[in-house]
Amino acid sequence: MEGNSIIELRNVNFFYGQVKALNDITMDFGKNRVTALIGPSGCGKSTLLRLLNRMNDLIDGTRVEGEIIFEGINIYGTDVDPVDVRRKIGMVFQKPNPFPKSIFNNVTYAPRLAGISKRSDLELLAEESLKQAVLWEEVKDILDKSAMTLSGGQQQRLCIARALAMKPDIILMDEPTSALDPISTAKIEELIDELRKKYTIIIVTHNMQQAARVSSKTGFFYLGKLIEYNATEKIFTNPDVKQTEDYITGRFG
Amino acid sequence: MQDVLMTSMKLRYFKQQMFFAVVRLSALLIALALGGIIAYIVVNGISAISWDFLTLPPTDSMTKGGIMPAILGTLYLTIGAIAVALPLGVASAIYLTEYAKQGKFVRLVRIGINCLAGVPSVVFGLFGLGFFVVFLHFGSCILSGALTLGILVLPTIIGASEEALKSVPQTFREASLSLGVSKWQTIYKIVLPTALPGILTGSILGIGRAAGETAPIMFTAAAFFTAKLPGSIFDEVMALPYHVYVLATAGTHIEQTRPIQYGTVLVLVGLVLGVNLIAIVIRSYVRKKKRW
Repeated sequence: MEGNSIIELRNVNFFYGQVKALNDITMDFGKNRVTALIGPSGCGKSTLLRLLNRMNDLIDGTRVEGEIIFEGINIYGTDVDPVDVRRKIGMVFQKPNPFPKSIFNNVTYAPRLAGISKRSDLELLAEESLKQAVLWEEVKDILDKSAMTLSGGQQQRLCIARALAMKPDIILMDEPTSALDPISTAKIEELIDELRKKYTIIIVTHNMQQAARVSSKTGFFYLGKLIEYNATEKIFTNPDVKQTEDYITGRFG
Repeated sequence: MQDVLMTSMKLRYFKQQMFFAVVRLSALLIALALGGIIAYIVVNGISAISWDFLTLPPTDSMTKGGIMPAILGTLYLTIGAIAVALPLGVASAIYLTEYAKQGKFVRLVRIGINCLAGVPSVVFGLFGLGFFVVFLHFGSCILSGALTLGILVLPTIIGASEEALKSVPQTFREASLSLGVSKWQTIYKIVLPTALPGILTGSILGIGRAAGETAPIMFTAAAFFTAKLPGSIFDEVMALPYHVYVLATAGTHIEQTRPIQYGTVLVLVGLVLGVNLIAIVIRSYVRKKKRW
């Protein structure tokens, strides 16, 4: 029932300068599962997500304690290059952020820098990634057009395709639909359901219906602590912790 | 009561009108000053402009002939200054905005750059004379002049580049890094290309200003008169601003050469405006394309 876990946090604390943003988090994420992280703003869920591919390294004055084990290795070990981690653990951001380049060059940007140079390989990779992101039919004739001409929802699917092109094991999604309209949101959610078959997805969301719709497990965070981590169905119907119930039913505060 | 209200309203209205008149006048004065200068130069200089003036060297103790060597000299010096200052300035700006930890050292460097921007240009001229011409034995030549002008515009270029780099959305950097692309590749492939138009615009404007400077080149590169065109970067050249200075102060036929002086100034102003025009075209082109 549980399945294999692919990435695991062990007693993780995280600090922005003196401020402790995450407090003794221990949790694991199932392989080929969608896991949702929910909680009020500032609860640490996005911080945790960004810890998983070392994006918090970019912020000066941050500090990590504890271990995050991926493929048997602590990704915060001294001999680990964050670039290697990020190649295997991709990310989709809150606001669609395509590069000011053509659609084709957006998708093939990272693979090219990772060493794929044959044009036919890149074309194949672009088609494959765009098909997986269910964008191919809409853009196959305009691959040379600037990505900036696409709609917001299309841009976000392009960003997903861009992440897929690196063939990561895990895709982190940080409120991927918060800037999108309901129709685009529905498309992304369908897409997440499809991607689950090949990838592990960890998604931060403010939208609780979304968490309920797409994920199989949900973690509820509050003030930097993991309050409850359970099967999504259980969290939303019969949570173990009162705080979780209060939050989910909107009686928070 | 009604009367008092009316007077206070009228007074207020009057004050507003006064204020508008003052600001409008200020704007008008500036436009007039610029227009006046340009008109004065055009009226006095246009008669001197001819094909021969632009393509021939000066003759008869610089009272006749053209200014071709000076035009060419100014072009060489300006291009040289760009070649020196652009790579150095952009590299420093990349270091300051992308790599350096914001702290004491960076603050110190920034203060240094700002001080450099405030140094009078004649000081750069003397430095160039002491360091490039004498100490490094380059002599008075294009190389010394270009290096001196390059240092002069360095603060402008660093400033413009920093602004341009900072205006690249952080989300672009994040997106690139999150794909497992290294920091240097991110800067080289995403940040720099996005910032380039801004860097170029700012730098060109700075260099346009440098092209008209006299003090930095008078000890380091500019020749009083040479009909010979430069064959290498170790040759002296004539330059437009210095040529004007020479004709207007040091010649024996100052009155006689008035038209040539104005003609030279007109060419110089034309060159600088042309350079600025390039910057404006780049900027408006980019504004149209920019969508983030």
